[in-house]
Amino acid sequence: MDHDHVISTRELSRAAIERVLDRAAEIAADPGAVADRHADRVLGLCFFEPSTRTRMSFEAAIKRLGGDAIDMGGVDSSSVTKGESLADTVRVLSGYADALVLRHPSEGAARMASEFVSVPLINAGDGAGQHPSQTLLDLYSMREFAGGLDGLTVGIMGDLKYGRTVHSLAAALTEFDARQHFVSPESLRLPRGVRYDLHESGARVREHESLEGVLGELDVLYVTRIQRERFPDENEYRKVAGEYRIDAATLEDARAECVVLHPLPRVDEIAPDVDDTPHAAYFEQAHNGVPVRMALLDLLFDGANGGNGEQSPIGSAGGGRDR
Amino acid sequence: MTDAADVDHELRVSKIRNGTVIDHVAGGGALTVLAILGIDGSTGAVVSVGMNVPSDRLGRKDVVKVEDRELSQEEVDVISLIAPAATINIVREYDVVEKHRVERPGTVEGVLSCPNHSCITAAAEPVTSRFAVLDDGVRCVYCETIVREDLAAYIDV
Ligand SMILES: [Zn+2]
Repeated sequence: MDHDHVISTRELSRAAIERVLDRAAEIAADPGAVADRHADRVLGLCFFEPSTRTRMSFEAAIKRLGGDAIDMGGVDSSSVTKGESLADTVRVLSGYADALVLRHPSEGAARMASEFVSVPLINAGDGAGQHPSQTLLDLYSMREFAGGLDGLTVGIMGDLKYGRTVHSLAAALTEFDARQHFVSPESLRLPRGVRYDLHESGARVREHESLEGVLGELDVLYVTRIQRERFPDENEYRKVAGEYRIDAATLEDARAECVVLHPLPRVDEIAPDVDDTPHAAYFEQAHNGVPVRMALLDLLFDGANGGNGEQSPIGSAGGGRDR
Repeated sequence: MTDAADVDHELRVSKIRNGTVIDHVAGGGALTVLAILGIDGSTGAVVSVGMNVPSDRLGRKDVVKVEDRELSQEEVDVISLIAPAATINIVREYDVVEKHRVERPGTVEGVLSCPNHSCITAAAEPVTSRFAVLDDGVRCVYCETIVREDLAAYIDV
């Protein structure tokens, strides 16, 4: 059987993205209609890194489709501590479930794992690589709050080098007629691979070291966290991170319609006083995780059922080595 | 030095009996080719190297002649990345029996190692490195890291 895997947004076409977002909108409008749709399905959750939100929203998604989730538990309580390879782990777990969700600290982990499994696999974060289901909910949120994806001007700020949500989002936005502004300290600029794809796609992209000059143009400001461990010492971190923090006063220069998103969890890069402004949309964004992941699972399961030899509806076909 | 010795010397550098001649390597690339082939002088292989030889096509070219060895497709693929104009000549009994230009492959497998230390291919997993070949460099199929400069440094021997 030919399976879909969702590994990297580099492989998601505009049509595939829109299919997920449209389905998510249908589900959000009438969740009862799908309450038993996948009653016989089991989703395997394989998190080799801590996660609250992503893990729980996948679990909520499968349960709201009538299915169930099994969870391999924390890394310290599993066979991983006995030295089992990731390849062996997922190969075994793929026999227990109808689809797997994988988060792992190594870049490329999901791609490799997908070569060892017999069910669809969703990358829920591979180190500093990709996090495609987050991007789908980001795009869903942008479409909802900003009214569409074509013609948008999006600012993406923070840790662009290691931020997997940034890498996934930047690649996906190239499928739309969106303008992208990247705002970060010099040391945390986009990695070469992401930059290469943006260039190849002909996307309209600019890079900035400060939000100041560009804030007034943005329809969406996507903020990500700059982590302490990216810097050699505390002082430098404080100095740099402070420049990429926003509060209600910062947003006085933003367009009235500008929407602030964040993949969460936030620490202090968005001050609490932003929550009370009309710009704040990050909590609604987080809530969108469930319908979007329901839509993704629904389409993956239907694709795996497909049977009519039709190309799977999303992602990369299993077994195919050329990309 | 006798004439006979000179002739022998000349023969040694210009002609090999059996093996592979890698010609039309851009000037200065010979050492990288040797690195790709895992030749560092300790293997006992008989190798002749010409560096910065005048060439119509390249201005200056390097030539590497390796005796008693025919290269694998994987080795030729990697050579093509650093020497896209190279020609590979297979020699048997002093005759060139096969001659072809290298072709840039779509992917190279198992020859380069990924420079990204947190790439899954660097972990203890049953996975062979694989790189997609771009116009200007290669990209790890797993972690999507792009390598452009100094490919030879990542050759896995
Ligand atoms: Zn890699």
